Amino acid sequence: MNPALTTPKTGASFLKSLLNAWSWLFLILILGFFELYAQSETGGTFIFRAYNVQAIAVAASQILLLALGLTLVIVAGHIDLSIGFTTGLAAVVMALVIRGLGVDGGWLALLLAVLVGLGAASLVGLVNGWLVAYLNVPSFIGTLGTYGIARGMALIVAGGATVSVRSDELRAFGNGDILGFPVPVVIAALLAIACHYLLTHTRFGVHTYALGANRASVERAGVDVKRHLILLFVISAVTAGIGGLIYTGRFSAGAANAGEPILLYAVAAVFIGGASLTGGQGTVTGTVIGAFIIAVIQFGLVFCGLPPYWQFVAVGLVIIVAVLVDQSKGRLTGGRP
Amino acid sequence: MTALLQVRGLKKRFGGIEAVSNVTFDVNAGECVVLAGDNGAGKSTVIKMISGVHAPTEGNVQFDGSLLTGRSPEAVRSAGIETIYQDLALADNLDPGLNLYLGRERTRRVCGLPFLDRPEMRRNAVEVLRNLGIVIPDPSAPVRELSGGQRQAIAIARAVHWQARLVIMDEPTAALGVPEQREVMALIDRLKSKGVGIILISHNLPDIFAAADRIIVLARGVVAGERRPAETSDEEIVRMMMGATL
Repeated sequence: MNPALTTPKTGASFLKSLLNAWSWLFLILILGFFELYAQSETGGTFIFRAYNVQAIAVAASQILLLALGLTLVIVAGHIDLSIGFTTGLAAVVMALVIRGLGVDGGWLALLLAVLVGLGAASLVGLVNGWLVAYLNVPSFIGTLGTYGIARGMALIVAGGATVSVRSDELRAFGNGDILGFPVPVVIAALLAIACHYLLTHTRFGVHTYALGANRASVERAGVDVKRHLILLFVISAVTAGIGGLIYTGRFSAGAANAGEPILLYAVAAVFIGGASLTGGQGTVTGTVIGAFIIAVIQFGLVFCGLPPYWQFVAVGLVIIVAVLVDQSKGRLTGGRP
Repeated sequence: MTALLQVRGLKKRFGGIEAVSNVTFDVNAGECVVLAGDNGAGKSTVIKMISGVHAPTEGNVQFDGSLLTGRSPEAVRSAGIETIYQDLALADNLDPGLNLYLGRERTRRVCGLPFLDRPEMRRNAVEVLRNLGIVIPDPSAPVRELSGGQRQAIAIARAVHWQARLVIMDEPTAALGVPEQREVMALIDRLKSKGVGIILISHNLPDIFAAADRIIVLARGVVAGERRPAETSDEEIVRMMMGATL
């Protein structure tokens, strides 16, 4: 028994809890920074304006709809790169169904469009899961392939253009409020709660963590690993698909590249939130914080009057910091990743 | 009294190569039988035929009077035979409780939804480990923060907790330091005193002599001989392993 590992020195354990909470601290730090900037430069406030809060929340929920399902996949030690265009495919399919049913389709047309759109998305998830679980294709490569296929299919069915639709119900779905909260934010929040429950309170969640740490542990425990992997990729595709539905609702148009600009932000949010590329780590709360960090940076830099391109630089730097933090955590817990 | 496990005339052919032939031995309740042999002697093949991973080409295995041959690894496990592989198959990021219950987690319902009962699983794990003489300093810490001996204990506790009556251990001390090797040897003694039968695979002579009630030496796929530790010596066992039979 190595006492250094079982009872770490108090200094190291303090550092460890600091590193575990770094994303929270970082979020508070950047909020404080922008607030200070607003106070000194404009005499106004950054955080305490409803418009700012709402804009940040909407931006964060867009990222989250791609990042939530992805969190489960990454905790299991895999990755899903196809989500960006699964979002696009769902957006285009939904718009086409509504257009096909005509202007007078009403809520029934919307419901049907939602179902068909999610069906198209889960098809991508099924293919991803099948490739990874049954054909043992590394998920990075397999989902890079379906990324291309989903992108092509979305462009083909859309005829290479944006599919615009006119439907009052659709506009209400994308731009309405529920108790004063924008619909996309409400949907993202409900999905975040569902994914958090799934990952931390169910047997499915434990098996996901165990799968990420050591596949043999769950296999020998009698868990059907292939089925589990397929479910994970379907969940990832469906949450990304919901992102596409909301896009179509917000802009009254489906675009094949609806998810393209968010894909890397979604991946970044998961890693900033404490997940590790080797699997077995990560939480939904972490991903939510990660998404908010990115959204605050996006909005804040524009708020400060900087060219919007600086957001790419800033988010890139935060990703690198996140990886460095993850590595130093590994060093503190005995060198294991 | 019939033996707990009866292995009769096991043979395994892989393509044209006969990996194991005519292996016969018994294991009684509360007895530790060591399968000794050099690398490639066929120890792992014999184990896998017992645990259901490989189907034997010839011969059969009976456990507690019923035929095991032809059953799946899951069926063999639920019949009461647990195999602990060298890699232990632990999920390093989970606590001992969840590792103990992996695949059979306890849940309780809150508002109709199932929630994992982590405290209950943790309490039971601490209890099972204490019965094996192991105290875990922090039961909520992931098992990667435990020592090699404690990790081995968790793998063994998992077997015992699910009522295994025969435990197969593949080189349990291979990756451990000397004090931890002692811990594992003490664990084996405690298992025996609970009436659990043990098959231990090893080529480490001190371990073999410390743990074995009987030593079965395999060389090139056949049983080169069977000895009790008191009746033999290091040299004889080594000679048998090298294939200079009997």
